[in-house]
Amino acid sequence: MSITKKDVLHVADLARLALTEKEIDLYTAQLQRILSYVEKLSELNTEGVPPTTTTVPPETVYREDRVTVSLAQEEALRNAPSSERGCFKVPKIIE
Amino acid sequence: MKYEAVIGLEVHAQLLTGSKLFCGCSTRFGSEPNTQVCHICLGMPGVLPVLNKKAVKFAVKMSLAVHCRINPRSIFARKNYFYPDLPKGYQVSQYTEPLSEHGHLEIDIDGGRKRIGITRIHMEEDAGKLLHGEGIEDSNFSFVDLNRTGVPLIEIVSEPDMRTSDEAVAYLKALRDILVYLEICDGNMEEGSFRCDANVSIRPMGADKLGTKAELKNMNSFKYIKEAIDYEIQRQIDLVESGGNVVQETRLFDSSKGVTAPMRSKEEAHDYRYFPEPDLLPLNVGAELVEEARSTLPELPEAKRQRFIIDYSIPAYDAGVLTATKELADYYEEVVKATGEPKVSSNWVMGELLRLLKEDGKNVGDCAVKPASIAELIGMIKKGAISGKMAKEVFGEMYRTGNPPAGIVKARGMTQISDESELAGIIDKVIESNPESVDRYRAGNVQLFGFFVGETMKATKGQANPQAVNKILKEKLGG
Repeated sequence: MSITKKDVLHVADLARLALTEKEIDLYTAQLQRILSYVEKLSELNTEGVPPTTTTVPPETVYREDRVTVSLAQEEALRNAPSSERGCFKVPKIIE
Repeated sequence: MKYEAVIGLEVHAQLLTGSKLFCGCSTRFGSEPNTQVCHICLGMPGVLPVLNKKAVKFAVKMSLAVHCRINPRSIFARKNYFYPDLPKGYQVSQYTEPLSEHGHLEIDIDGGRKRIGITRIHMEEDAGKLLHGEGIEDSNFSFVDLNRTGVPLIEIVSEPDMRTSDEAVAYLKALRDILVYLEICDGNMEEGSFRCDANVSIRPMGADKLGTKAELKNMNSFKYIKEAIDYEIQRQIDLVESGGNVVQETRLFDSSKGVTAPMRSKEEAHDYRYFPEPDLLPLNVGAELVEEARSTLPELPEAKRQRFIIDYSIPAYDAGVLTATKELADYYEEVVKATGEPKVSSNWVMGELLRLLKEDGKNVGDCAVKPASIAELIGMIKKGAISGKMAKEVFGEMYRTGNPPAGIVKARGMTQISDESELAGIIDKVIESNPESVDRYRAGNVQLFGFFVGETMKATKGQANPQAVNKILKEKLGG
């Protein structure tokens, strides 16, 4: 599998990242190196082996349905670049 | 050419837990914005979600109720997309290994039954709410309230088994009834605790291959769902007939125009890059939890309806109306238990009580009349203490005041005269004072019978038991 410039632009777009030409070249090469490294795994025959999603003992951890105290509104909004009327304020979403 | 529509539905139901799916924030609806949020549901770095056990139990209950097979192991996955209603940049959902699969539900349609397959039920967290600025100053901004972020949902995905909008609505109503009966979802469509997306395609009648589907969104009532599906089916037929092709897309229903229109969004938005959520362990629903859910399953609407038809010998229509909610069904059963008269009880509960409640826009839970009072009223009619007509009047007052019927009847002096010897005396006097009419009646003018009934009623101020009056008059005049 090889990574092209197009793949990098696609991923950058999904993550809403603006990249310079230089960065695109850099990331294309870096991602390609990472994938080639990981590709070694495909040399193994994994036919019939279930995918591993965790290495922790498979015991489900639950919490009881109990309401706890939430953050105060101003606290919740503290890191927001912009807020108004108790809400996070963002550029208009059109849909 | 003749076409048939193929419809599959995706329903999101909000679970009635007190706290969110992965944190302890309240799920209450309608609070001040961003007052039910914490580090976890805001997606702060380094926090760990912990699964709400009650939400899992509720999801298992629904799975059992629609005959889904519970997967002993299911996996939470991250569904990645970039949108301000989602602070983490991904929604925790289930993808390749959902909670349960392969269920079904039966619906009543055109006097017959139809089985609709349920592909899967999975658990996920809800996203926040966006408010769009409307004033001139605000028009360039959207406002985000994250109170709903992380509220537990189940998504119920059907097979593409429906062919008409009526079937789709029947399926949704049946599904909602079950959720409400299970007391795991309030079923409120306006507040969004029961939401539906519809996948609609068409194909030539009799074809096996599925056509290209459009996904319909933004329908918050059964009426709109029906309208949107009907519109979309016709749109696709017109398009194909005129040589066009249906494209796969998401379309929003515009209820003010009654049309569906494509949603403006980038195609790439649908590249969700699902992968297993590393912060959550696989969900191993143990046999113990499944058994606990199974043992607390109530009788479901369909089973209750069938039981009412068989045990109470009431018409299917009555059974359908009376089992519409658990509250109403319980109310009716209490009346029947006290009266032993299923059909008469149905007439009063379904006829009089529901009519008045509907006029006031109320539910049976808000109603002042106790089941025991209706039973008492039915008993009074049966004994002949009051007539059916009087009973309706009494019932009106019971409904307004919540008082039991005996007191109302007494206060109004409404007691009915059913005592035959008392009535016979009154009727004798009526006959004595109208000798001419008696002669004409006996000579064959049988229409005069009504005149004698009227005179008797007048003499008793309308309190005579009509059946008894008819019987005695026939005997006395007959000779």
